Amino acid sequence: MKASDFHVPVACAPRLRPEGPYGLLPRALPIREVCRENYRILTFVLDDDLPEARPGQFVMVWLPGHKEAPFSLAYHRPIALTVAGVGPLTKAMHRLGPGDVLWLRGPYGHPFTPESGSQHPLLVGGGYGVAPLAFLAEHLRAVGQQPVAFIGGRTAEDIIGVARLEALGVPVFVTTEDGSKGEAGLVTHPVSRFLAEGRGDALYGVGPHGMLRALARLAHTHRVPAQLSWEAYMGCAMGLCGMCEHDGVLLCVEGPVRRVIP
Amino acid sequence: MKQPADVDLSITLCGVRLPNPFVLASGILGTSETLLEKAARLGAGAVTAKSAGLHPRAGHENPIVVDWGGGLINAVGLPNPGAHREAEVLAEAKARLAPLGVPLIASIFGGTPEEFAEVARIVLAARPDILEVNISCPNVHDEYGEPFAASCAGAVSVVEAVRPLCPIPLFVKLAPNVPNVGRIAADVVAAGADGITAINTMPGMVIDVESGRPVLTNRSGGLSGPALKPIAVRCVYEIAQAVPDVPIIGTGGVTTGNDAAEMIMAGATAVGVGSAVYYRGLDLFRPLCEELAAVVRHHGAKRVEQLRGLAHRSHGVPWKENKL
Repeated sequence: MKASDFHVPVACAPRLRPEGPYGLLPRALPIREVCRENYRILTFVLDDDLPEARPGQFVMVWLPGHKEAPFSLAYHRPIALTVAGVGPLTKAMHRLGPGDVLWLRGPYGHPFTPESGSQHPLLVGGGYGVAPLAFLAEHLRAVGQQPVAFIGGRTAEDIIGVARLEALGVPVFVTTEDGSKGEAGLVTHPVSRFLAEGRGDALYGVGPHGMLRALARLAHTHRVPAQLSWEAYMGCAMGLCGMCEHDGVLLCVEGPVRRVIP
Repeated sequence: MKQPADVDLSITLCGVRLPNPFVLASGILGTSETLLEKAARLGAGAVTAKSAGLHPRAGHENPIVVDWGGGLINAVGLPNPGAHREAEVLAEAKARLAPLGVPLIASIFGGTPEEFAEVARIVLAARPDILEVNISCPNVHDEYGEPFAASCAGAVSVVEAVRPLCPIPLFVKLAPNVPNVGRIAADVVAAGADGITAINTMPGMVIDVESGRPVLTNRSGGLSGPALKPIAVRCVYEIAQAVPDVPIIGTGGVTTGNDAAEMIMAGATAVGVGSAVYYRGLDLFRPLCEELAAVVRHHGAKRVEQLRGLAHRSHGVPWKENKL
C-alpha cells in the first residue's frame, strides 16, 4: 500500500477504504443491478467480488442512519444479496437502485462444505432461504457431485430461485402449501420420499427453523449427514456479544451452518 | 484444566483461587449460563458475567462493534435482562462452574450509588465469588452522564454504597481516560474496595468517510484490542504503584501470553481477556496458558506469581541482573 493510494479522486469514493491492515470496517459498494425475484424480494448485485467467500457465509449490511443486519451471500463473484423487504432496513434497501451504495463487512461465519463421499446431495430451501442454494449447487457440482434442489413456499408467488438452479443443470422440485405451484404440501415431503428411495446421500438446508428441525429428523432417520443454516439476529458477527446464541452455540462464528452427523 | 506440568499458573484474588490468571472479561459472551460455562470448560481461569443493571435494557442498535484495524470499537450499550433475571443466570452459572473450580465474577452497573447498592443486593443472592462494579462504561453517556470512574468522589460514592452489603471480594472497574488512575485506585481502596479491574475501553470514534457518519449507531464507542494494550499496561503500572498490595485484574488488549506477562510484570495478578476472543477464537485460553508458561519458564521461574510487578524493580528480572 503506497501513500498515494489514499489520495483517490472523489469519483472513486467507494474504494476509499483500502484492503489490508485496515480492519473490517463496513465498505461502501455500489449497486450494479437490482433484480426483482417476486412481490417482496429483490436481489442486489454489487460492483465487487468476495473471491474467498463460501456458500452459507454471510455479510453484515449497513445503511447509515438505518441499522445493520446479516444477509446470506447469494453469490460472491460479483457479490449478490437476496433481500426480502420486511423491516425498516430492508424496506430502505428496496428503495435503492443501480449506482446507489450499500455498506458491507464480512464475509463471516462457518460455510457449507461439500460432504465427502456424497454423490447425490439434496438441497432444500424454504421461503427466501433459497438465496444461497444456487451458490452452493455450483460449489457441489465443481467437486463432481450431482445436487437436486427442493424449493418450498406458501404460494406460487413465494417461489424464487428456480431459474438460477436450472441454469446450472440442477433438477428443481417445487412445493407450495396451497398447491398453486408444484406439489401441494411442505417441502420436506418430497425430500423424505427421495431419501426413502435412496436417491439422496446428504442434506443441505436453509430456511425456517421448523423446516430445519424436520430436516435434522430426516437426516437422523435415513442416516445421512446434514448441513443446516440457522438464521439468527447477529449483533457483532465476531463471536463477542452473545446475541446470536442458539442452544449454547454462537451462530455467527460456530454457525450459521451446523453439521448434523447421522 | 490440565496445567503445564513444570509451571504453576494458579493465582488467588482475595482468597478466591483461579486455576490460571486468565479472566473472561465482562461484556464478552457473559450473557448466559451456557456461554459462561462454555468459556470455563475451554480453560478460562475465571469468568465475568455481562454487566447487569436494575431494569432490563435493549442496548444500542447495530452497528455495535467494528474492527477498525488497530483493534475494535464497540458501543453495545449494556443490554441486560435486569437484576432479578441476572441473579437467576448467575445462580445457574455458579452451579455449573463450581464443579469445574472456575470462579464466577458478577458485574453490575447503576445510575446512582443507591441503584448500584440495590443491584448488588439482588445479584449477591446468587452467591458469585467476586463482585465487580462497572463504574466506567463509556457508552451510556446520554442516559447516565459522566461515568463514576471519572472522579475520585464519584468512584468512592459507589464503593461506599456497595461495600456494607457485599460480603465477598469487591472489585472496581476503572476507566483509562482520567488524569491520575492511581489516585482513584487509592481512594476506592481506602473506601473499602478489595481489588481493581483495569481498564475499561478507551472512548473513541470511527467515521465512515463515504457517508460522513460515525460507524457506530451510538456515534462514539470504546476502543479495545491491540491498540489498547500499552494504555492498559501503563494504567496497571500506576495502580500497582499506588496500591501495591491490592490485586489487579489487568485488562485491555491482551491477545497473547506475552501480553499477559507484560500485564503481570506491570503489577496485575490476573489478566482479563475480551477482544482476543475475536482475534483467536473462544478456545484461546489453553494456548494463552501455554504461552504464559513459556515466559515463566524462560525466566527460570516456577510460578506465574514470581513475575508479578517485575517492571517496578530497577533491574527487571532479579535473577538476571548480573547477566545484563
